[in-house]
Amino acid sequence: MSTPLLKVVDLKKHFPVRGGLFRRVQAWVRAVDGVNFELERERTLGLVGESGCGKSTLGRTVLRLTEPTGGDIRLNGESIRGLSIQQMKAKRREMQIIYQDPYASLSPRRLIGQTIQEPLDVHGIGTPAERRRRVEELLDIVGLRKQVLSRYPHEFSGGQRQRIGIARALALNPSFIVADEPVSALDVSVQSQVLNVIARLQREHGVSFLFISHDLAVIQHVSDDVGVMYLGKLVEFAASEDLYRDPKHPYTRALMSAIPVPDVKRKSRRIVLGGDVPSPMHPPAGCPFHPRCPEAMPQCREVVPPRVNAGSAARPHYVRCHLYTDVAAAGAGNGTEA
Amino acid sequence: MSRGEPVLSVRNLVVEFATRYGPVRAVDDVSFDVYPNETLGIVGESGCGKTVTGLSILGLIPSPPGRIVSGDILLGGRNLTELPEEQLRDLRGHEISMIFQEPMTALNPVLTIGSQMVDVLRRHKQYTRRQARSVAVEMLSRVGLPAPGKRIDEYPHQMSGGMRQRAMIAMALSCDPKVLIADEPTTALDVTTQAQVLEQIVELQAEFHMAVVLITHDLGVVAETCHRALVMYCGEVIERAEIESLFEAPRHPYSRGLLDSIPRLREDELEELPVIPGMVPDLLHLPPGCRFADRCSRVTDGCRSARPRLDGGPGSASAVACFHPLS
Repeated sequence: MSTPLLKVVDLKKHFPVRGGLFRRVQAWVRAVDGVNFELERERTLGLVGESGCGKSTLGRTVLRLTEPTGGDIRLNGESIRGLSIQQMKAKRREMQIIYQDPYASLSPRRLIGQTIQEPLDVHGIGTPAERRRRVEELLDIVGLRKQVLSRYPHEFSGGQRQRIGIARALALNPSFIVADEPVSALDVSVQSQVLNVIARLQREHGVSFLFISHDLAVIQHVSDDVGVMYLGKLVEFAASEDLYRDPKHPYTRALMSAIPVPDVKRKSRRIVLGGDVPSPMHPPAGCPFHPRCPEAMPQCREVVPPRVNAGSAARPHYVRCHLYTDVAAAGAGNGTEA
Repeated sequence: MSRGEPVLSVRNLVVEFATRYGPVRAVDDVSFDVYPNETLGIVGESGCGKTVTGLSILGLIPSPPGRIVSGDILLGGRNLTELPEEQLRDLRGHEISMIFQEPMTALNPVLTIGSQMVDVLRRHKQYTRRQARSVAVEMLSRVGLPAPGKRIDEYPHQMSGGMRQRAMIAMALSCDPKVLIADEPTTALDVTTQAQVLEQIVELQAEFHMAVVLITHDLGVVAETCHRALVMYCGEVIERAEIESLFEAPRHPYSRGLLDSIPRLREDELEELPVIPGMVPDLLHLPPGCRFADRCSRVTDGCRSARPRLDGGPGSASAVACFHPLS
């Protein structure tokens, strides 16, 4: 098999919590705690989880917008962890990010044209005329008219600003974009428009996405593979089709059943979880999900479940749950993590 | 369909806000009834006037710049738009309560949950401090707050978002209101917490026999909790229907479009999501005809010159404001 576009190995990001008289480190928040995944070219990996699960931190850490605490990030087989700031700058042409809040991520004093052209200027790409042409091309891709170039962000609606953000992220022709909740701030009718723009980028421009969202339905719509995060760990990871057809982890199942469905016929057989997500500063021992898990067993309180492959070698379906630990071990350790 | 007398009636409500560019009509001729024992959804996208409608009912429109231009809000034989602030205050939290999207903005951060609840109870009911406290603990346990006897002495910041929302619901229901207005009560919560809180609201609604007006942008929430719903667009109610017919056979093209454009869990792959083209018109420059005309697939010349009105009064089972409704 060819090298994946992006390979994340045992990635960790721990934030210190300081306090007391001397601002000493009193605890660590394990925002990202040993995450592994691969992203193939021209595919989209959806990352889903609730607030505080570490999904945004993971997105930022993958781009080294925050420095990882441990583990490795390989882009096209090459580790980017040890790269200098200069070397990183060159790599950033390949990897871009779109943020949730289209109101906060555009400079209010810059014309839209300047904003979109900025990455081209920074990286010194093309002649001024070529840059202008590229900007117009980008507008076309995201479905905006040329007239917007000489206007300011406040003149636009949320959906249009998000398109502008996408156009800017696309300027350098990246092979990989982290999209952090790109449609969460938008109204439904506009949300679907922006999702379609993203889907088109995947199909027609071969861009890979790490698509972060709390919304399982949105994730399903855009993703080829899906990872479910809970307290800094990927608790389930599989091809989108497999994960939605046959969710393995009790958390994934609860998450799916909790979505309010705009359908009056489907009276829900809902799994309502008790309690809240625990503080990532004091995660529970054993499986972090056990205090809320409807299927918790004695060992879940003590032993951290390893990542096992509950699918087949050809179609891996990774899950961190003791319900599957024994099954996979019996299957001659097909893919158990070291 | 007979549901008895409405507990709350809104008639021809018009609310305007003064802006630098002239008055903006956020709510334009809205009428509806709310019956006891029912949950009425008000659904629409940002800026459609759903929140302003809810705030007007309690007389909470910030004024200036806002102002109820005309219309009546009738609750138990009184017209709330004509009541002096003093009397409105006696009603709020007592006969009619409201819960908000972000409980942190509605709760006082420097007072414990208990002292806030005791204040409300003592103001509206003639309770002693001790009685009020025991009612407060009882309410907190009814909304499913764990360890209510202990939680009552906590400050809002010591609680999680879901717990704060429960505390706010407990406070809103403590005086046994006839009507609860819930403005995006679960929007700030995670899905698993949202499921808990929605379930709680549905249970409490039945238990307290109150009417709930649930304001939300989420059609999924409406489908799972409401009996009837109003769909709003640009300050107007464009469709009113029983929940089954709204979701099974929406009649306004906008309602249909909204339902279609929601990404939902599905078995089959879908290349493109259906979209409603264009965007909501600027409330300062509304077209003379139908406000949805520019985005509508069924538009005709007539739609652009005349404005469609709801084809049934507030007492009718359903109504739609469209010249070419879907059948």
